[in-house]
Amino acid sequence: MENRVDTAGINEHELKTQEAREQLTLLGLAAPAVLAIVAIIVIPVGWLFYLSFVGSDGNFSLEHYQKMVQYKSYARVFLITFQVSLLTTVICILIGYPLAYFLALLPQRWAGIFMLAVLLPFWTSLLVRTYAWLVLLQKKGMLNDFAIYIGLWETPVKLVHNMTGTLIGMAHIMLPFLVLPLYGSMRKIERDMMHAAANLGASPVHAFWKVYFPLSLSGMVAGSLIVFVLCLGFYVTPAVLGGGRVVMVATQITAILENQFDWGAASALGVVLLIATLIILYLAARLLKFDAALFGK
Amino acid sequence: MAARQYFSRGALILANDSNQSAQASTALPIHIRDLTKRYGQMYALDSVDLEIKSGEFLTLLGPSGSGKTTLLMAIAGFNRPDAGSIRFGDTEMILTPPHKRDVGMVFQSYALFPHMSVTENVAFPLKLRKVSPAECAERVAEALATVQLSEFGERGIDQLSGGQRQRVALARAFVFGPRILLMDEPLSALDKKLREHMQIELKHLHEKLGVTTVYVTHDQREALTMSDRIAVINDGRLAQVDTPHVIYNQPANAFVADFIGESTMLPLSGDSAGRLMFADQVVTTEAATDAAADHLLVVRPERLFVLRGETVDPEKTIAFDGTVREFVFQGETAFALVAVDDRHELSVRFSTDSASSQNELQPGDRVSLGLHREDVITIPDNA
Repeated sequence: MENRVDTAGINEHELKTQEAREQLTLLGLAAPAVLAIVAIIVIPVGWLFYLSFVGSDGNFSLEHYQKMVQYKSYARVFLITFQVSLLTTVICILIGYPLAYFLALLPQRWAGIFMLAVLLPFWTSLLVRTYAWLVLLQKKGMLNDFAIYIGLWETPVKLVHNMTGTLIGMAHIMLPFLVLPLYGSMRKIERDMMHAAANLGASPVHAFWKVYFPLSLSGMVAGSLIVFVLCLGFYVTPAVLGGGRVVMVATQITAILENQFDWGAASALGVVLLIATLIILYLAARLLKFDAALFGK
Repeated sequence: MAARQYFSRGALILANDSNQSAQASTALPIHIRDLTKRYGQMYALDSVDLEIKSGEFLTLLGPSGSGKTTLLMAIAGFNRPDAGSIRFGDTEMILTPPHKRDVGMVFQSYALFPHMSVTENVAFPLKLRKVSPAECAERVAEALATVQLSEFGERGIDQLSGGQRQRVALARAFVFGPRILLMDEPLSALDKKLREHMQIELKHLHEKLGVTTVYVTHDQREALTMSDRIAVINDGRLAQVDTPHVIYNQPANAFVADFIGESTMLPLSGDSAGRLMFADQVVTTEAATDAAADHLLVVRPERLFVLRGETVDPEKTIAFDGTVREFVFQGETAFALVAVDDRHELSVRFSTDSASSQNELQPGDRVSLGLHREDVITIPDNA
């Protein structure tokens, strides 16, 4: 072994060239996506970041950020944004978990059919769905009529142009984002797991909380994060169903641009939202111990 | 209440593993009567009656789809039979939900909880039974020692090899002292060497625990190696229930003869004296009670031997003359196909030691094969 002379083996050079060529091809295949990401994400976000530090006199300034600290209204906007996002996520979990559980218990064929029911709204336009809720929820809408008819309440209740309407609409739109990953993780739980738990003496309720729920948790966390983060930047639904009373960050950004044409202030809001989102994601990842999967080691 | 009781007895098993009599009382017999399970028109179990003795190692053996797993699942309580009775000792269990049956089970997939460590997995049934933390720790340590995994308690399940997972599944199944242990093809995921090693270990463990064990496999060699008795199951019915010796040497029917071990079957006919004949060869010297019915001669390949010109006593040995069709060296044995007439071939297995002259057999050689009369197996031909 120690006397081994390092000479080129048969076809060694050709084999190396072939490998290099294959790697180049792979790189070439990835190139369009990389370029697109740079063009439509990195550059615009960088540009916004830059704008947020440009003052009204055209020089470097922190005035946009100072304003955000000075005026209470900004804090309120952020508070409402997080409130709506958190509540929407909780509602989605409360509705979505039993739904996903039901789907996961069904035989594959039936699960597919029911899944279609979950996905169908997903494929219709966001705007259409939002206005549909407006029609359903308004004072003389179907829901109020029906509730009065069956005697749930006597005079029409305000269900839209407020927090209630916003949350109903948001939860409906976000539900598939929670159900899909949750259903995926539930499908992966072997039937034997629940059999084993029962066999070892766990009642169905106990088996669920000790075995099924922890094993479905990864899907639930993934789904919840997707819903939460999407909610943070959501525009259409709160704008339509909130009726100007539920002002979230995205709505505020539009208002600033439309009324004051102040790119700097709008950018600063966007930057703060982006950073807040990243911090929340990072904390959630640390807390729930999946930071390695999300951010790398 | 009952669970608590089994439990304290279970502790006894592990504590006194040298005391055979103490163990016998910890096992329960299983009485299965008229058990039927249909899937649509198909009978997965067709009025199965089976008595599993207290403390025995009984294997349910059959091809896939034969109903062996359905039967095991019915004992564990994971499926709902259409009719029948399953009693553990004197207690009817057919309506009891699985979590109240108090039987240990090793799953084919092991079904270890991936979000728990080895220790947590093994402690799971103990915590459900409200065992004190101190006793729990002690019992888990004992169980892990029994399966030789004492050093692995803190590991996660994904840090274990297949063989180690198998042992954890085993420890978890017996740690709470069940009086019945069920195993569903527990070794099928292991490679051949490890599997054979674990077969012996499982047998020792059974001797040590003394629990009634019902083991499902489709591997007939595994069944023969491990079992006190084997229940051969086919098409939802029991084909034969007996010790490995009897199952192998006196199969009750063609299915058992064919499924267990290698065999060649030759058709027999009765002669005027009621003896069973193959061609002009007298196979049974005494008259068969039902000689009019069709019979088959079952020949195990390893029971045949080559006659090298020596004359044989026809009282003791049957001789078949034939032509070698095929000769295959397979390592520890060699295998030959010998045509005894136009339509029938005998499989023959030889030792491959250097002294064996069979090593020189060539296709086309004429050869004479002997079979001792004690090795003659005849079965009625129902087909």
